[in-house]
Amino acid sequence: MDAASALADLTEISSQVEAAVVLDAAGAVVASTLDDAGRSARLARAAVDLLGTADKHVQTGGRALTQLEAALREGSVFVAREEGRSIVATTSAEPTSGLVFYDLRTCLRALPETPVKPKRRRTAKERADA
Amino acid sequence: MRRFLAFLLFVAGPLLYLARRRSDRRDRVHLYYDDGSMVSLAHGAPEAERLLTIARAALP
Repeated sequence: MDAASALADLTEISSQVEAAVVLDAAGAVVASTLDDAGRSARLARAAVDLLGTADKHVQTGGRALTQLEAALREGSVFVAREEGRSIVATTSAEPTSGLVFYDLRTCLRALPETPVKPKRRRTAKERADA
Repeated sequence: MRRFLAFLLFVAGPLLYLARRRSDRRDRVHLYYDDGSMVSLAHGAPEAERLLTIARAALP
């Protein structure tokens, strides 16, 4: 299933999700439910900033952050990441967090596998130089 | 006029205060980790404020 179809399924299943964007490991937009490319990019940027800020400023004790919810009066922002890919979604106020996270994870797992580049092996010359 | 002022002092004021407190309590951040643990940052904590500012800008 491609990313756009996975997002279409997400919005069909989850009535609470208003907008969602899938990001690659570099934080670039892979797919979005929004027609506005500028808003998609802003949402992607917010996801990267939220994860980066949480990693930087909150004591993790060696644990890896996998999900984040920022709940506000106006609505909530959810971010989930798995194997380098992330998904960010906005909802109306006071959503059912567990359900939203479940739907976001289901969407992430429905995405096609990212091809893993094989590591280049060192040549005999490089090994000798090292 | 006196009645209006009394109304503001004894009814509208406390209601506004409670509404504001309730909405402040609603602003929070939940962080979930790979070991299954969760950290909740309440409104007012410096880390929460940073994250809530970013989230606020992302909402339409």
